[in-house]
Amino acid sequence: MPINTPLLDFYRTMRRIRSFEEHVADLYVRGGTAGSMLHLSIGEEAAAAGVSAAMKPEDRFTTHHRGHGIFLARGAAPDRMMAEIAGKEVGYCRGKGGSMHIADMALGHLGANAIVGGGIPHVVGAGLSAKRLGTGAVAVAFFGDGAMQQGLLYESMNMAALWELPVVFVCVNNQYGMATRIDHATKVTAFDQRARAFGLAAAMVDGEDVEAVHAAASEIVDGARAGQPGYLAVTCYRFFGHGRMDKSPYRSPEEEAAGRKRDPIAFARARLIERGLSEAAALDAIDTAARAEMAATVDFATAATAPALASMFRDVFAVGEPEPESVRTRIARVLARS
Amino acid sequence: MVEITYRDALRDALRDAMAADDRVVVIGEEVGAYGGAYGVTKGLIEEFGPERLIDTPISEPGIVGTAVGAAMTGLRPVAELMYVDFLGLVMDQLANQAAKIRYMFGGQIGVPMVLRTQGGTGRSAGAQHSQSLEAWVMHTPGLRLAMPATAEDAYHLLRQALTLSDPVVFIEHKALYARKETADLTRAPAPWGKAIVRRPGRDATIVTYSRMVHVALEAANRLAALGHDVEVIDLRTLAPLDIETVIASVNRTGRAVALSEGPLTAGVAAELAARISEECFDYLEDPVIRIAGEDIPIPVSPELEAGSVPSVELVVETLTRMLSR
Ligand SMILES: Cc1ncc(C[n+]2csc(CCOP(=O)(O)OP(=O)(O)O)c2C)c(N)n1
Ligand SMILES: [Mg+2]
Repeated sequence: MPINTPLLDFYRTMRRIRSFEEHVADLYVRGGTAGSMLHLSIGEEAAAAGVSAAMKPEDRFTTHHRGHGIFLARGAAPDRMMAEIAGKEVGYCRGKGGSMHIADMALGHLGANAIVGGGIPHVVGAGLSAKRLGTGAVAVAFFGDGAMQQGLLYESMNMAALWELPVVFVCVNNQYGMATRIDHATKVTAFDQRARAFGLAAAMVDGEDVEAVHAAASEIVDGARAGQPGYLAVTCYRFFGHGRMDKSPYRSPEEEAAGRKRDPIAFARARLIERGLSEAAALDAIDTAARAEMAATVDFATAATAPALASMFRDVFAVGEPEPESVRTRIARVLARS
Repeated sequence: MVEITYRDALRDALRDAMAADDRVVVIGEEVGAYGGAYGVTKGLIEEFGPERLIDTPISEPGIVGTAVGAAMTGLRPVAELMYVDFLGLVMDQLANQAAKIRYMFGGQIGVPMVLRTQGGTGRSAGAQHSQSLEAWVMHTPGLRLAMPATAEDAYHLLRQALTLSDPVVFIEHKALYARKETADLTRAPAPWGKAIVRRPGRDATIVTYSRMVHVALEAANRLAALGHDVEVIDLRTLAPLDIETVIASVNRTGRAVALSEGPLTAGVAAELAARISEECFDYLEDPVIRIAGEDIPIPVSPELEAGSVPSVELVVETLTRMLSR
């Protein structure tokens, strides 16, 4: 009988994330997704599971373009995620956003972003509103190591620190921004130093060990809730290419093999068994259940209907505002008159 | 004559310009070892080395600002923005700095840089990676703007841009990179700033640029089968704008359609329609019609995306309406 420990929950979350990513990748390759870009978070599951578990339900967050895992860990319904990525009406954003623009206000997800660094300042604003409205919520920005070189991050860190906002910056450092390894993008990779320079509490943690991520994140998130904003860099490895079709020719097979050994799921599994908290068969059952769950999301997304063409004019402005007149309608109107 | 893609023509232009002029450097994300997100600079680092193909961090305002400073002090930088959408990040360096330096400083110095980027729909890349933002550039005095439709123009316009004394924004179309054509790159090019009549016709004029040139040509072919003879003008550069070629055509045909992929309102087609209406008023049989992108962000769903920009069908339908009355 597996014993209910946080680690087992983390394991389940991480397995569900990986299984989701495997299924969405497969759907993408078969041409079943809407967007031409698909970024998998395989290898980064501990960042998603560990930080999410340190957050409360009312907390807000934004993610970068590699955000499926974070959103799942925050409680997303994988079928609606899969449907969004497939560009379907029942998806989280009615098929208008896709993988890189998924959001759900009900779960505090203020949005994934296709502009590197674009979502970071929004958490400063969410921290400001939490403080002013007294909600007690923390706002967490998730972003990649690539965003560490965007100026906007430093404006955001400075304001969060200056105003003592309940804000946390989480860098998922998977070592690469596209084909560029971090040491080709910056001279100093000890990113926590930068955060400290602004007056943030800061830590770096090994992204293979989900318990360590959770412990570090808890300290930073709790601190932010008490008025000391913080920064956490989770060091991991991007197991596959930048996008699904990228075969990473710019890094050696040896490096990849070593990087993929730093697998947070295998690590948690070994630890669960070693501590006698679970056994292989029970963990296999979790894996099987995750696969079945995610396979069903693919069926759901595939069967779902595409948005009606006219829906493209919806949501440019608030409900009740007039929709833009279509080009075709305008031309017919003008030519009928002249 | 060679069979060449738009992508390869761009690379040839960069290679030839770099070979001819030591001052030319390329600076941007993944332009070196990786060869560019769309493969345009592939192989150039082997020829010219990392000192001239400069890979950068993800720091767009820094990239463009660096190019501005380098251009003012003796280099001829080609800065690359992976997506035109990132103009949102660099607009200060482009519009408040590069575009104004010559004028503000009383003509002491120019900013001879090229900002290469790509835009447009066709890859289901979503609202932040599919826009057509040329109107932002065209609306900024001090900037030049080229938007090639063909491989031959991609080559020549980029070479010409690299001889100019002022900042040039060079916007490629993501759906054209793989397009192949038979081109003669040794033939003397059309002068910078001149439009080209891609298809002569008597009944109406379509004025357009970039990918929409091909939409217009396909529409003109279908219209020919219906008995309508439509002229297609490819502007090639939007700044300068060769309005003379447009006026001559519209005064002959008496009907004009301004076609652009960018959003309708206050867009390039709006400027074209205004110019044509002013200049050709006495010759026009119909109002100048704008066919442009819908006034909406670009949705990721491929069906909605395709429906949000002008199609061959819409162009045919519009001209049929105009010409069957
Ligand atoms: C402002 C901006 N610049 C460039 C890009 C193109 N781009 C998309 S993802 C990416 C790499 C991002 O690296 P990182 O932040 O480390 O995230 P990762 O992909 O590794 O998760 C780049 C350069 C972009 N989308 N937005
Ligand atoms: Mg990264």
